[in-house]
Amino acid sequence: MQSKLARWAGSVLGLVLILASIWLITAVFRSGHTWVALTFTVILAGSIWLLASPRLYPWRYLYPGVFAALVFVVFPALYTVSIGFTNYSSTNLLTFDRATQYFLDQTYSAGGDALDMAIYPAGNDARVFLTAADGHSWVSDTLNLDKPTGKPVDLKVIPATAAPAGEKIALRGVIALQPALKELRISVPDHVSKYQISGFSKVSPSAPLFQQNADGSLKNLQTGDVLKPNIKTGFYETAAGEKVAPGFTVKVGLANFTQLFTSAQFRGPLLKIFVWTVCFAAGTVLLTFVVGFLLAVALSWESLKFRGIYRVALFLPYAVPGFISILIFRGLFNENFGEINYVLHTLFGIKPEWFSNPWLARTMLLIVNTWLGYPYIMLLVMGLIKSIPSDLYEASAIHGGGAWTNLTRITLPLIAKPIMPLLLASFAFNFNNFVLISLLTAGGPDFADSLTPAGSTDILVSYTYRIAFQDSGQNFGLAAAISTVIFVLVGALSLLNLKLTRVNAPDRK
Amino acid sequence: MAMVLDKSHTGRVFATHLALIVFIALSLFPFLMIISISLRAGNFAAGGIIPDHISLEHWKLALGFSYIDQFGHQVDPPFPVLHWLWNSCKVALMTAVVVLTLSTTCAYAFARLKFVGRKFGLNALFLMQMFPSVLSLIAIYAIFDQIGNYAPWLGIDSHGSLVLAYAGGVALHIWTIKGYFETIPVEIEEAALVDGASHFQTFRLVLLPMAVPILIVVFLLSFIGAIIEYPVASVLLHQEQNLTLAVGSKLYLYTQNYLWGDFAAAAILSGLPITVLFLLSQKWMVNGLTSGGVKG
Repeated sequence: MQSKLARWAGSVLGLVLILASIWLITAVFRSGHTWVALTFTVILAGSIWLLASPRLYPWRYLYPGVFAALVFVVFPALYTVSIGFTNYSSTNLLTFDRATQYFLDQTYSAGGDALDMAIYPAGNDARVFLTAADGHSWVSDTLNLDKPTGKPVDLKVIPATAAPAGEKIALRGVIALQPALKELRISVPDHVSKYQISGFSKVSPSAPLFQQNADGSLKNLQTGDVLKPNIKTGFYETAAGEKVAPGFTVKVGLANFTQLFTSAQFRGPLLKIFVWTVCFAAGTVLLTFVVGFLLAVALSWESLKFRGIYRVALFLPYAVPGFISILIFRGLFNENFGEINYVLHTLFGIKPEWFSNPWLARTMLLIVNTWLGYPYIMLLVMGLIKSIPSDLYEASAIHGGGAWTNLTRITLPLIAKPIMPLLLASFAFNFNNFVLISLLTAGGPDFADSLTPAGSTDILVSYTYRIAFQDSGQNFGLAAAISTVIFVLVGALSLLNLKLTRVNAPDRK
Repeated sequence: MAMVLDKSHTGRVFATHLALIVFIALSLFPFLMIISISLRAGNFAAGGIIPDHISLEHWKLALGFSYIDQFGHQVDPPFPVLHWLWNSCKVALMTAVVVLTLSTTCAYAFARLKFVGRKFGLNALFLMQMFPSVLSLIAIYAIFDQIGNYAPWLGIDSHGSLVLAYAGGVALHIWTIKGYFETIPVEIEEAALVDGASHFQTFRLVLLPMAVPILIVVFLLSFIGAIIEYPVASVLLHQEQNLTLAVGSKLYLYTQNYLWGDFAAAAILSGLPITVLFLLSQKWMVNGLTSGGVKG
């Protein structure tokens, strides 16, 4: 009984999912993205085949996870690489079709008889009331004018005999509503052109500003200029070669990469940042290993009491969420109000400028990252020390070996090999330790002479993030090109790591 | 260890204790300090570890209450911390459920079923988790920006987008669960198959009940992972009401609006439950993995 119900539930769920996908595909198709819709159809057909074929039974279990990983991990990675070959940026944000559509949606007041407009409140919404010089008047349904929607809004008005009830909104209020009012395209009965706002309280007939010619160029009907799309720069250009915003995204080949590696303006900061990234990651691994190793050796010493308590206390920095402890350090290191400078000032009379001096900022990052990272290494080393046979130490004791001999001749050589891949993984992690940089220094102090936003503590990933998402000029294409370089570097590191792990595998068994 | 202990031994033990205590004191200094700061009045006051005068104003703000300051002005909470905590928990809970479902079924196929490309798939998953999602941020942003044109509840500034972006992070969990499944004797399932159970029935009714510890571990790990995730959330979420804790917390420490004391209270309030949860999951993790035994 139960299994029957379960089987039905499965089929119904499958059917619902298929119907939902078909609905999605039609929605995409209708909005004009034929190729996307086609790709989706192929994916859907492939999915149904995978899930329905008895020969491919294991795929019923694999499919959801593999699908999610492909769509949300592998696809974004490949997509990032492909963006690296385009000029996608805040100035070239739209696709060619969308940019063209933007121009075709532009209108201008073509003259003609203006109508007076008044706005009457209706609860939280408002009504638009229009009056012609000859005494005709029209009124709209209620609509919300608090916020602009970001695109043209069509509005219909119907003939009215009197103004709507209530007091009309005063001019000051109407000015406040301008952003939303400017979006209105009002259809008035018996008038061919749509009306749009042409003053604070007037509307006039509007006409499309651009007309598309057969060769794809656009004619400005107001001035007579002709705009031609340039697929090299990603802009519509006038005959004089002047670019007209908004631009569109085009493929630019290797331009981003050439720019990165040959132009002095980009190569300078990139090189500095790369060197610091490597130093930061290597320094972190070295420091966390030294601290973690010494603590692990101490905690593995059987003569020591209270080891359990020490272990918990030492582990605590790892258990607290990173974003909280990093921000705590950001406050503690604050140059003027921070507790660390308070202590240093009381004891030694100094107030280091942790955030404005490049070297101090780098030192601070290494201190904080060592604090964040040593517990992990400590746990790993403790586990490895446990697996070292104790008769080795006994033999050493018989031969008169002291603690130092034990450490350098037994413990260190024996854990060196198995810890290597883990240290390499830690290097790779810190190579891309975006959260620490972003929350502690945000890359600062910034280079004064750089075109792109870059600072002395930026690592490669935080640099790409700033190029892509910081307020000034979002250059996604360039940022994606740097990401691609990092992908290659991380890939090389991972392969090296796999090799090291394989070399170790026989030892561990 | 039967060893002759010389005189210097006691001295060394003492020295180690001392060194450890000093190190722990330094290491825990930030936590002690932050507790003290959360109890101080004002956002700029400096002072020792034990505040001279205990004030609960930051805690009131963190819990969402206003208070009247010494000049009689009402001070309102600067940020909706509890709301952010709720957002974080909501996203993390949905992520954990989705990730657990996806990774458990995949792990079953990898551990128990035979198919072409099994080994390749496992290696590919292993390689995949080495590339952090922070490298794909631009594409993630562009993709969800596009999706938002069709379904705003999955676009930029929605929690649905965040859950979807996290749902891909199943690679490591598949490995963990698969390792555990392989330690469970396959004979029990074979017996069930002989008795006429379907693959799905053996999976759900025989294997899963025996794998509960690892399922709890993976659930907790992906839950915590989603709560502390910062890069993707910082790109996808913008409006203050929608932020998760990881993205919102840094708003306290802007140079123009430096709310050190308020941050301290909010940090303890939100950090404590997550820390406890993490420590618990570590305990479970050790139990779950040692009783399962990690392969290799």
